[in-house]
Parts: sequence; structure tokens; C-alpha cells
Amino acid sequence: MLDDFINQFWPSTVDGLSLGAIYALLALGYTMVYGVLRLINFAHADIFMVGTFAALWTVRSLGVSDVGGIALVGVVALTGLVAGAVAGGGAMLLEMGAYRPLRKRGASRLAALISAIGASIFIQQLFGTVIIHRVFGTSKEGGKLPVNEHFKKLQTVVDVGPIQITNDKLIVFLGSILMMIALDQFVNRTKLGRGIRSTAQDPETAVLMGVNIDRIVSMTFLVGGIMAGVAAALYFLRFEQTNYFVGFLLGIKAFTAAVLGGIGNIRGALVGGFVLGLLEMYGSSFFGSEWRDVVAFSVLILVLMFRPTGILGESLQQARA
Amino acid sequence: MLFWAGSTVYDIAGPRVTDISTRDSASGHDSYPIPYRIRMERLGTLRRNKMRVTGAVAVSAALALGAVSCSDDDGGSGGGDEVTIGFMGDLTGENSGLVIPPKQGAQLAIEQYNATNPKVKIKLKTYDSQGKAEQATTLAQGAVKSDKIVGLIGPAFSGESQSVNPILNEAKIPSVTPSATGIALAEKGWKYWHRVVADDAVQSVGAGEFLSGSVKVKKVFTVSDNQEYGKGLADSVGNAVKTKGAQVQSDAVDDKGNDYSSTVNKINQFKPDAVYFGGYYAVAGRLFKQLREGGYKGKVMSGDGSLATGLIEGAGQANAQGALLSCGCMIDAEGKTNAKAKKFADDYKAKFGSEVAIYSSEGFDAATAFIEAIKAGKTKAEEINGFLKTEDFQGVGKQIKFDDKGELATQDIFIYEVKDNKLPLLGNSKQATVS
Repeated sequence: MLDDFINQFWPSTVDGLSLGAIYALLALGYTMVYGVLRLINFAHADIFMVGTFAALWTVRSLGVSDVGGIALVGVVALTGLVAGAVAGGGAMLLEMGAYRPLRKRGASRLAALISAIGASIFIQQLFGTVIIHRVFGTSKEGGKLPVNEHFKKLQTVVDVGPIQITNDKLIVFLGSILMMIALDQFVNRTKLGRGIRSTAQDPETAVLMGVNIDRIVSMTFLVGGIMAGVAAALYFLRFEQTNYFVGFLLGIKAFTAAVLGGIGNIRGALVGGFVLGLLEMYGSSFFGSEWRDVVAFSVLILVLMFRPTGILGESLQQARA
Repeated sequence: MLFWAGSTVYDIAGPRVTDISTRDSASGHDSYPIPYRIRMERLGTLRRNKMRVTGAVAVSAALALGAVSCSDDDGGSGGGDEVTIGFMGDLTGENSGLVIPPKQGAQLAIEQYNATNPKVKIKLKTYDSQGKAEQATTLAQGAVKSDKIVGLIGPAFSGESQSVNPILNEAKIPSVTPSATGIALAEKGWKYWHRVVADDAVQSVGAGEFLSGSVKVKKVFTVSDNQEYGKGLADSVGNAVKTKGAQVQSDAVDDKGNDYSSTVNKINQFKPDAVYFGGYYAVAGRLFKQLREGGYKGKVMSGDGSLATGLIEGAGQANAQGALLSCGCMIDAEGKTNAKAKKFADDYKAKFGSEVAIYSSEGFDAATAFIEAIKAGKTKAEEINGFLKTEDFQGVGKQIKFDDKGELATQDIFIYEVKDNKLPLLGNSKQATVS
């Protein structure tokens, strides 16, 4: 056990960071929507799924195979762009269709959550029964099967002692860091970002100050969707496979990461994502892979016991002060 | 995360006391646990059919074309006598890729027999149970009472067999299943039950012998998907090679997950000669891909649940090359094992436009077992059952001779090896050799 952990420490760290990067990007969408609307957007995982299919479509349209080196970075950038656009647009549509009407009529938070679940099931089934079959041309039975597109050429780019990093893992990690910096700049420096922050802090006052709430909510979904789309492109680079329920497990993990880091807190989503990714890998190397979720969720419970608002979550006392 | 240092804390959602209290009283609930629970139930619906499918959720190449004919009642009644034989299995459901090839095999056998203008013709009636035990039970009662079948080919899966065979046993109607491999089926004491495929226990022993004998493994790593079928198979293969003196380690992967890097790290640390995976091909494809990408160079092997071209698609052709698969089924398109196999493969391809696939020769042989009895003038269910016990003939797949439990007297396991985008037969597990 301990031997395994020590021997597998470096490979686990590399894998944990590249997995955590995807969790973190996805967690951003949950946390931002929660920040603005106090709503857990359960359909976010399915927006991610839509993104993976956009990435698949892009790769197929490019018709590339065996791409390595700098060309792979270009392909991933392009798939990220397409997937980000599709997923961002999808998230905006989702907000308009599933949440805005409820919000306008002053429905309870529970109604919005049910609507989120409904939207999630709807998107999944739409892909499972129609879109995969029609657009990606697998047989009807084949719609239940994963869709593959092998396009990357694996290269080891870092090889220092026990640390070996392949090009795909490096791109996943660096790509997500890049997106996080971009989001940071956006939220902190732009007018829209200020609008998002003010709406999160106090919607009523924000309205009085001339913030258009509907637009801000729309933008929040757009930004969250773009993050999910880029996460989807990176995910597709890493696994080269997708399916209509691919977002489900990842969505739960990303939501967990958001809670672990402190839901509503953007920095918390990042910390939570990386902590969860690393915990899963270290837990697996220590106890065996079937224990990875047990370890990760035990730590989640422990953290929430002592810090109910998550690692970086604000406590109620602070909020009052 | 260095770059966050110095940036403003823009916590966009510090929970506010006022906020939370008003919103929660509006909904009357603390809402999080409820939707979460609903999500978890949905997980259940995604979960794979628990019913022990003899192997796989395979969709073979035959499938696309196979789905065309579903309600084919074979042959007209003509002038002479006619008896009805049923075929039962999942013909339109999720795992129909496993059942359509044996159905087509049976259909071919009966058509060929009827074409010889025999004294008693056979009518093949298909029962689509969709692999569901409840549905199969109802269909079986109808088959016995109104269709008066004299024999049943199937049911295809072990789960439905558990419910259908007691009914057949009571009605004294013989059945021959081409694909139900559950170990428990042979131990029920059913007098009218037979199968033309080896069970899971035999498969794991065969795979273990092959690994120790032909591949000459010293270290084996077994991986399972932690489901009933996969875990059982992986564990017994592990035990089989352990008794031959190999070192064994094991791990499990999440069949709904995608990232198996922790398992890959364990395997790279252990450096085994072979990795055996117990489970279905979708997971096997992902695992083998990540293993090869992680730099693992040894052999990879899996069982009948992975015997489908979906494995090659999932892993990528380059990563799947040389992957070995064990199965109690015989898929011999080139006639390596006997001359009849070649003729069968050609006839099958001419009729259905696709290569022979998983359990198609078992379907043919199961039908032939009934045909032989009818040829010998046995047209009553009871007589046919008696005749089945005495049969001994070379089928298009295996030697068909039943023991008193209804199992084949000689139970063989066959090894397949991925080559390009196909899964050709390497041979019997006792003789097959790897390069």
C-alpha cells in the first residue's frame, strides 16, 4: 500500500493534475451559476457532453489523424474554439428555455432544480436517441456505444527521472490553466465581469445601479458553457471517445469539486478540482482503483465537517460582518 | 497556484443569511439532497442490464443487416407434416447484437433442412424477449400453450433462462441454448435443458491454461469492471494462473468512468507479462488504449464479453493489435477447425451478407440438434428430448454430444486474436499458440 503509493507518486501526480484540470474547468460552470442564481445547474454536465460531440465533429471534419507536436496544439485550439462556441451557445439556450421562464414567474428554487434535471435528461436522450444516430452515423444500436475518433499521436514531452508527461496531458493542463487566467481577467477587469460580481453580491442593489440582470445571467451561462466546451475539447483530446452519458459521472465529480472548494467561489472551484483529481489518484494508488471515489468522498465529508462552506468558502459570520 | 496571489478575492457568492432564509422558506425545503437522489436513481437506469448476458453487450458486424428480418416464420406448411420450433432471445433490445447471429444461424439450418423436402418440415417461430425475464416468461407460456412448440432454441441469456426453463421443464419441452453461460443453469436438475457452449467456469480455466501454457506468463495482472460477470471471470482467471505458479495482482475499474490512469500506473509498476480484463468490450477498449498509451508492452487479454469489433474501435486499431480473447463460442470464418465450418461461413455470408459472428455457429448447431431428432422420426417433444441425449455429431462449430446434465460432453474454449480490424480464431485454448 504505502510502497505502491510511493512508487506511483509521480505518475499519479501527473494524472491527477490533468484529470483535476478538467474537473476544475467544469466546476467553474457550476460555481458561477450558483453564485449568480443560487441554482445548481445540473444540466451543465450535458452541456459538457454536447461540447465533446462538437469536438468530435470538428476532428472528423478536419479529417486529421496521427497529429503530434505543434499541429496537435493547433487542432486542439480549433476544437476548443468550436466546442466552446457550441457549448456556450447551448448553455445560453438552456437558460432561456429551462430557467428564465421560471425565474420570471417567481418559481421556487426547487422548481428550477427539477427543471434542471429535466433539461439534463432531455439533452441526454436527444443525443442518445436522435443526434448521435443521425449526425454521427452509427447504427441505432450503435447509439448506445461510445463514439471514437483516434487522431492524436502520443509523444513524451517531459522525461525527467520518474516523471513522464505525454503531450496530451500537458496540453490538457496548460490549456485549462490558460482558460482559468482568461476567466480571472474577465471577471476582474471587464465591465461584464463587474456586473457578474455585483449581481452575485446583491442582485437588488445591482439592478438599482443599472445592471441588466437578464443579460448578466445569460452571460454567466455563456461563460460557464465556454469553460465546459473547452473542458470537453481537452477531455476529447485525452480520451478520444465520447457518449451521450459521458457528462454524468464527470458532472458529479465537478460538482463535488465545486462544493469541496466552496460553492460560489471561483478560486474554490479550481482548488477543489485539482484537490479532487489528486485525491482520486493518490487514493487509488494507496487502496486500489475501486476505492478512488470512497477516498475522494470521505475527504469531502471530512472537509465539510470542519469547514461546512468548503475549503475557500466564506463562512456565514464573515458574510454578516 | 501562483498567479492567483495578489488578485482580488472576488468570491461571487458568499452565502447570505437573509438570502438563504427567504429562499429556503419559499421552497420549503433545503433542496440539495432531493435532486441529488434523483440523479443517483438515474444512474441505476444507465447501469447495464444485470441479467447475465452470456458475455457481451456486443454488437457485431452482423447486426446491421441482421435486424432486417424479425418475424420470419420459416417456410410454408406445404402438404406434409410440420412441427414448430421456437427461438427465444433479445432480438430488438440493447444486447441484440449477441442474439441476432445465433438466430440467423438457426434460421439457416432450418431453411437448409426444409429445402431438402423432408417428410416433416420445421417451422421456426421467433420470440423476442428483449432479454427480459418477465417478458420471456409470458412468451414461453404462449409458446407452450398456443404455438405447441416441440423444442426451443434459447433462451439466449442466463437470466431469462432461469425463468423460462422451469416452465419448459414442466411442459416437458426440450431446449438447447446457444449462448447462456451462467454456471448455475446446469445445477438446477432440469431434464429438458441443454446448451452448446461452455460455461464461465470452464472459460476462466481455459483462459488460465492458455496464459500459463502458451503465453508462459510469470506475472499476471487481472482487472475487472467490478460487475458480477466481469469480476467472477477476472478472479477465476487469476486463480487459474496462480495455481500454475504465476504471480497475480488485481485492480478494478469503474465501467461508467473513463479515466483508468490509476490502474495503468499500477500495471506499469507491477510489469506483468499479461493483463486479463473481465468485463465488456466498451471498457476493455478504453483500458487497452490507455495501457498502450501508458507504455505497457506485454500481452492483453479479455473474455467473451469483449469479443466484438467495438473493442478495436474503442482502443484504436494500433492499440488493439494482438489483444487476445477467450470465448466458449466458435467463430471460424476460414474453416480452420473443420470443413463444415467453412461451408457454414460461406452460406451464412451469402444469405445474410455479413461474416459469421458471435454464437452464430452455436445457433446453427442448436437447430441441427433438433433437426437430427426430427429426421429420425421423432416429432413429439418428449421423444425429441430422449433423442437429444443420444446424439453425437460434428456440428459446424463443435462436436455435439450432451452429457446427462445437458452440457456438452467436451467443453472447449477458443482463443481469438485481434488482427487489423478483425478477430480471427487462433484455435482451441489447449493448442493455440501466440507469436
